[in-house]
Amino acid sequence: MEKTKTKIVRTTTWSAGPGCHGGCGVLAHIKDNKLVKLEGDPDHPWNQGRLCTRALAMTQYIDHHDRLRSPLKRVGKRGEDQFEEITWEEAFDIIEERMKGIRDEFGPESMIFSMGTGRDIGPWICMLAYAFGSPNVMFALSGNACYSPRIAALDTVQGDYCVFDAAQWLPGRYDNPEYKVPECMIIWGYNISATCPDNLFGHWIIDLMKKGTKIICIDPRLSFFASRSKHWLQIRPGTDAALALGFLQVIIKEELYDASFLETWTDAPRLVRNDTGKLLRESDIFQTGSDQNFVVFDTDSNTPVIWNTLEQAYGKASATPALTGIFDITLLDGTQITCTSVWEKFKESCAPYTPEKVEEITFVPALKIQKAARFYAKAKPAAIHWGVPIDMTPEITPLCHAIAALWALTGNLDVPGGNVFTRSAFNAVAYALPGAEGVIKLKDQDQDIPRIGKDAYGPFNKFIWRCQTDKVMEQIFSEKPYPVKGLWMQTCNPLSGIGLDPKQWQKAFEKLDFIVGVDLFMTPSLRYADIILPAATFLEKDGVRSWWVPLQTINKAMTVEGCRPDVEINFELSKRFDPDFKWDTIHALFDEILKPSGMNFKTLSEKGWALPPENSASRPYRRHEKGLLRSDKKPGFATPSGKFELYATLREEWNLRATPYFKEPPFTPVSRPDLFKDYPLILSTGRRSPAFFHAEHRNIPWLRALDPDPVVEIHPDTATLYAISNGEWVVLENWMGKARFKAKVTKIVPPWMVMAAHGWWFPEKKEDPLFHTFESNINMLIPMGEQGEDGLGAPIKHLLCSIRKESVEVKNV
Amino acid sequence: MSKSSKNGLLIDYEYCTGCFACTVACCQEHGWEAPLSGIKIMEIVQDLPKGKAYLTFLPFPTELCVLCSKRTREGLDPTCVKHCMANCLTYGSFQELAKKLEQKPRMVLWSPR
Repeated sequence: MEKTKTKIVRTTTWSAGPGCHGGCGVLAHIKDNKLVKLEGDPDHPWNQGRLCTRALAMTQYIDHHDRLRSPLKRVGKRGEDQFEEITWEEAFDIIEERMKGIRDEFGPESMIFSMGTGRDIGPWICMLAYAFGSPNVMFALSGNACYSPRIAALDTVQGDYCVFDAAQWLPGRYDNPEYKVPECMIIWGYNISATCPDNLFGHWIIDLMKKGTKIICIDPRLSFFASRSKHWLQIRPGTDAALALGFLQVIIKEELYDASFLETWTDAPRLVRNDTGKLLRESDIFQTGSDQNFVVFDTDSNTPVIWNTLEQAYGKASATPALTGIFDITLLDGTQITCTSVWEKFKESCAPYTPEKVEEITFVPALKIQKAARFYAKAKPAAIHWGVPIDMTPEITPLCHAIAALWALTGNLDVPGGNVFTRSAFNAVAYALPGAEGVIKLKDQDQDIPRIGKDAYGPFNKFIWRCQTDKVMEQIFSEKPYPVKGLWMQTCNPLSGIGLDPKQWQKAFEKLDFIVGVDLFMTPSLRYADIILPAATFLEKDGVRSWWVPLQTINKAMTVEGCRPDVEINFELSKRFDPDFKWDTIHALFDEILKPSGMNFKTLSEKGWALPPENSASRPYRRHEKGLLRSDKKPGFATPSGKFELYATLREEWNLRATPYFKEPPFTPVSRPDLFKDYPLILSTGRRSPAFFHAEHRNIPWLRALDPDPVVEIHPDTATLYAISNGEWVVLENWMGKARFKAKVTKIVPPWMVMAAHGWWFPEKKEDPLFHTFESNINMLIPMGEQGEDGLGAPIKHLLCSIRKESVEVKNV
Repeated sequence: MSKSSKNGLLIDYEYCTGCFACTVACCQEHGWEAPLSGIKIMEIVQDLPKGKAYLTFLPFPTELCVLCSKRTREGLDPTCVKHCMANCLTYGSFQELAKKLEQKPRMVLWSPR
């Protein structure tokens, strides 16, 4: 027998397979077109040889006997398991005919293109939707409550997103002389064991802790970080904004802020009218004045002086803008008003949040708040790392604003070891995240007009180019202002993972005329599809990745018969839908995305990865000083005023409060004492599992063995109260619905809260076409339609529920 | 009975995050069927005074661990050591590992079967 040699292919993880946001360098050992082993690439600067469970289990994933290997056509009713195999050509033909039919009769916007969490399918879904003519690309989570809200919030107040600095941009990483190890890191609602959020490698924080970084941990659970932190603030879920304002109150009162940053780089001296509460603009006081220019009070001349936004300069050469005081101003019509500075207004917003007041709201002892705030403010440098719980509350933007003010006012923005701005490496934008414009874009602005939610919410018209998910759900049933007829659902499983109130999603699926599902395994949601297409893992495709750094390629290592990569599927259909489709080959598209780097797919693929050069917008530090952030190349930030905005100009334009605030979320013991009587526990959800990526991987034996059952964590005292034993099945219930979980009795959670795992369905229970997806699905207890005032955020981490032993009542879930 | 190997694993349990990379890396390397693995992780919630608690993850090599003898013969680290996300596992001779053990608290030196 002829022996074939094992070849080793160097590539990058992203999407199907580990399922995550990717970035790890891996070496795929391939023999006879089979994956023998996947190892971490020791030379890769990102993971440096390390690898997570989900990547290490790829051999069980890629050859899994349940993988979809042929396109399928539904021959039974929606929700049944009646499908027959068809060829790719037949599948494409049916999809083309049905979708063109919808487009002709109802318009292209009647098709929604839905994705799950951020993978490399993002750009390819946009490509397909835009080629078809629809602007309605949907991230299927209520309130779009994952990442986009945080990005949009930071774009609003500081012009760019930022993340903690682990020297990921620098050659030599931690050893690079430009870098400084943070003295302090605040870990805000993030548990490390499982996840790499924000396109960061979670365990970089462990590297930093070994180098001396001390932790402040904000988490209701006793996490790894909580145990090892200098200060653990065990917060009541949903009250984070109060805590952030409490930190600010301490820092301002004790003058622990960076006065020079405040004066030079923030909008602190801008005048705010006391009569309207709005910014004073040049047009308010001068006939020919612009409403884009703002006003400060110059203490040298005792007169108002104009901040010229276009010039990014004061109207007077040597102005000394006042930070505090009350100033008399005469308006155009002669009316006398008084104004105060943004700084005064900002301080007023923080002042009520004394440590004692914040203790009352958050359950965190006042003394701990003070100590933690002082430690963070005095540590140089200090960084904040936040997790997705920040997005998962309705008033997410004011919360982000308060946290952003922390890193700004302490002088930790875009400094080594602080929070540094992030842009796609080399400005090669494949995936149009909020605020960025990618190679793949709408043909023209008219195409964007019918996008759902666009006109209801400010950020959706400025930064976020998706539709607003709750509005889509409403519109599916109301059919106003136009009917939704079809759904393209790509590696997205709303019935089990991303869909809150999943029975409503089921009804929506039943109402639609045509659904295409693209995935790697049969899921409960795919049972509602008319056509199913089998997709490929990251090992079976080429791709590009510029999600922050480094710039890298995904390199095809092997093929699995019958399956096709998302990008190839969407490319083929884009050509069918759009006679003017711009690209002839997928690699021509990759090359255009990579163009700003001066490399193409081939050269980058040979190189492996690339870090952005010095003095480019995608490499730190102090880019606001160097004029690398604004399109006019002037120093400052990419905000409307050019400053870090303590008073958000855009929020004012959107008729929303422009300074940070705390508002009690909709379903808490405080806001709904009536519900709390019947549902006396705070229900939090979504703690991460090292074994799974959301609703994926329940069918991978090595991974399932690590976390075999849907678990709810309950404190021993609470368990005793309800006579619940460790390992016993229990029912969680509230006004929305119920779900069954296995009790894990543990002091990890406080007595007043239970933590339920998310994303549970049972791929092994094949007797039910829906794989018991409603049985242990915590989303059964979470409503949709509770997004914040700006359309962002949802109450996912702080609901109410009751708990009881399942054996008390006959199982009827 | 004396041991044939003079090598072992130094485990810095202060930094083990309970990510299970070691457990699955071992399954991949040795083809174990779930739930078998040459290294498992225990989650221990320690009770401390004043009602406080402390969360520890402790990896331990099971009866199945052979310290990746094939890999180490080729000069490679055992796969659990190579893939550990927290870099909290070290392979080496007992002599060398014992020296490291003196340098930092919250470590344990394992001598697998």
